[in-house]
Amino acid sequence: MVQSQITGNASEADEAARFQSKVDREIKIEPRDWMPEGYRKTLVRQISQHAHSEIVGMLPEGCWVTRAPSLRRKVQLLAKIQDEGGHGLYLYSAAETLGTSRAEMIDALHEGRAKYSNIFNYPVLSWADIGAIGWLVDGAAIINQIALCRCSYGPYARAMERICREESFHQRQGYEIMMSMAFGTKDQKRMAQSALDRWWWPSLMMFGPSDRESAHSSQSMQWKIKRVSNDDLRQQFIDMTVPQADYLGLKMPDPDLKWNEERGHYDFGAIDWAELKRVVSGDGPCNKERMTARVKAHEDGAWVREAAAAYGEKQRLRKQAAKIAAE
Amino acid sequence: MTAGHDWPLWEVFIRAREGLSHKHVGSLHASDAEMALQHARDVYTRRREGESIWVVQSTDIVASAPADKESLFDPADSKIYRHPTFYEVPDEVECL
Ligand SMILES: [Fe+2]
Ligand SMILES: [Fe+2]
Repeated sequence: MVQSQITGNASEADEAARFQSKVDREIKIEPRDWMPEGYRKTLVRQISQHAHSEIVGMLPEGCWVTRAPSLRRKVQLLAKIQDEGGHGLYLYSAAETLGTSRAEMIDALHEGRAKYSNIFNYPVLSWADIGAIGWLVDGAAIINQIALCRCSYGPYARAMERICREESFHQRQGYEIMMSMAFGTKDQKRMAQSALDRWWWPSLMMFGPSDRESAHSSQSMQWKIKRVSNDDLRQQFIDMTVPQADYLGLKMPDPDLKWNEERGHYDFGAIDWAELKRVVSGDGPCNKERMTARVKAHEDGAWVREAAAAYGEKQRLRKQAAKIAAE
Repeated sequence: MTAGHDWPLWEVFIRAREGLSHKHVGSLHASDAEMALQHARDVYTRRREGESIWVVQSTDIVASAPADKESLFDPADSKIYRHPTFYEVPDEVECL
């Protein structure tokens, strides 16, 4: 809302101690409260990256709107994509409370300085992929986002709560598509299996690198920006999803996947982190396509934004003149 | 749009149901008030979360400073006589 500023006469160290004690006591940090620069920076990076993911995430689904197999499927896909646009907007607003601007964040995305979720750099090859995205990608996002509802930064936590309430239909509509495909004709079942084969591993990568390798994790945990570790969230997702695949009669593309009675969790095979690295750094199947589409949409809309701004300014001046005339 | 050329920021308040007050739900960018209302409707009421919207340009909001929190609000802590529980009334006296 208002750019935060460092006020008061306490020393930096006092402020830092007071800040951490608030975080420890589960008191939310609000935009104008004192916060360490690193906390602010980490949040701006994470929230804007999250916002970009929602926006870029609309692209792979958007190209299937006109090819949805029925009106019912079309309206549900449209509603989901609209929600994702909304999620992006809630998150950009949350990031702006930290003193960055919308334009700066969007520039950073378009110039390749900001990241977005790697999952959207994979192609959507058939209608079954739309089902797999809702089921797996939104499913993984939900696990991540539920944990973020308890984040120490108020505006981020509140945006997450709102997003979580809206996400559950995304996952259910995806699973419903998977059910009609998996229980459909032989060809449909084959498409469903192929979608699962291709989306499973990238979905697991959505939780980020293993805790042993994650650079930001421990500081973020101390600040309670992050509440649950990457590996724990991933395990939670796997445990939740395997029985859902079983119900569909589909096979997980992981020969090492099996229930471990002792741990009370599924064991799973090694994740190809080299692939994640390669795709994150720009060499995925759709990185270029996504960014080209995103930048084009933004540039094509420039004249609309300018015209609206000019009209808004004219309204403001007119109102001002009328007020002066009345005085 | 280059850095620094965002439309003005607006704060959005929504009355969820008749009988409730408007509550802050978030913010958005819009070039004028009318667009702010339209965007608020699209962004914050896709599931009928409201029946009335207020939008206020963020720069028009005057907020208290976090540093003033103690001096503004702590004095109320000692005014326990402002609460009904401060007063002792015998059990046999009813409707008090
Ligand atoms: Fe979303
Ligand atoms: Fe979603």
